[in-house]
Amino acid sequence: MTAEEYAGLGGWTPEKLGLPGEVRAVVAAPDPVLSRPGPAVDPTSAEVVQLAADLVATMRVSPGCVGLAAPQVGVSAQVFAVDVTGHPKAVTVHGAFVLCNATVVEASRWKAGREGCMSVPDLTGDVKRASRLVVEGVLPGSGDPVRLVTDGFEARALQHEIDHCAGLLFLDRVAGAHAVYQRKVYL
Amino acid sequence: MNELAITVIGRDRPGIVADVAEVLARLGANLTDSTMTRLRGHFAMTLICVGPAAADVEAALAPLAAEGQLLATVRAVTPDGQTEPTGEPYVLAVHGADRMGIVAAMTRVLADAGGNVTDLSTRLTGSLYVVVAEVELPPGSADEVAGRLTRAAADLGVGVSLRPADTDLL
Repeated sequence: MTAEEYAGLGGWTPEKLGLPGEVRAVVAAPDPVLSRPGPAVDPTSAEVVQLAADLVATMRVSPGCVGLAAPQVGVSAQVFAVDVTGHPKAVTVHGAFVLCNATVVEASRWKAGREGCMSVPDLTGDVKRASRLVVEGVLPGSGDPVRLVTDGFEARALQHEIDHCAGLLFLDRVAGAHAVYQRKVYL
Repeated sequence: MNELAITVIGRDRPGIVADVAEVLARLGANLTDSTMTRLRGHFAMTLICVGPAAADVEAALAPLAAEGQLLATVRAVTPDGQTEPTGEPYVLAVHGADRMGIVAAMTRVLADAGGNVTDLSTRLTGSLYVVVAEVELPPGSADEVAGRLTRAAADLGVGVSLRPADTDLL
């Protein structure tokens, strides 16, 4: 792999998984799977490739969903899908992708923003996230390492999903006692 | 100068804040600290104000409560000024399946460690119960308190996190 490819997704798409994803049921808090740190995975295993395809399929049928992590479909594992394509708040957009064993390696320009979550359907909260972010992980299927440099809304989505893989909800990061709100708008 | 602690709670409708604030303004009561929110369809206000005698405010609020839709209480309190922080600020978040005693158990851990709760709110939505509190902990005690909170949370089957409350000084 060249340094240039390592800087991004290298043309990876969910189609490269080579199998159709199935829509899985999304679990909601207080399901304990959402509070459990997920183990690192073997990105080339058949099980992880299927999970990656299922996450993309489930994300695509869920209105307004820009990211979905394995614990949200009941699987404790460090795998998540993100796709902020077309979102009005997104600046940098890498399309639809799935990352395994992702970690944040650089985070800066922290900004507060209101977040919701498919697994916490009735509440939103104010959470401070880095708006400049560098994430490293590996792709399901090939197992190729990737380094994503992103910002703004995509950065927020990545941090939210990496938190899911670590057993954290946005509720664990809200700014204070009056930063959790009853959700009023449903997509 | 009289300092008064006032609570008002009632079925939510437009105009509660305006009605109560108008009564207070007419009496020359200066509204200082307050918190107001809607809780499961009830609008709740807790106010501190300074100015008139408690009996005068009580009498003035009586017509609002007369329809039986609002409950207002007024009590004279001792003005003792600002409370100094007693320790390091942290944000405690607890979430899990609703059950009796979550707030009691978690705040007892804080109290036993000499911690002070300065702000707390809870939300129940479906079976999910969420507690977020701002607390002051004795300097250097956070790691030990976090350990005790984790054990208490495990007993309750809920998740807990304790993080420093970061204040940006600009």
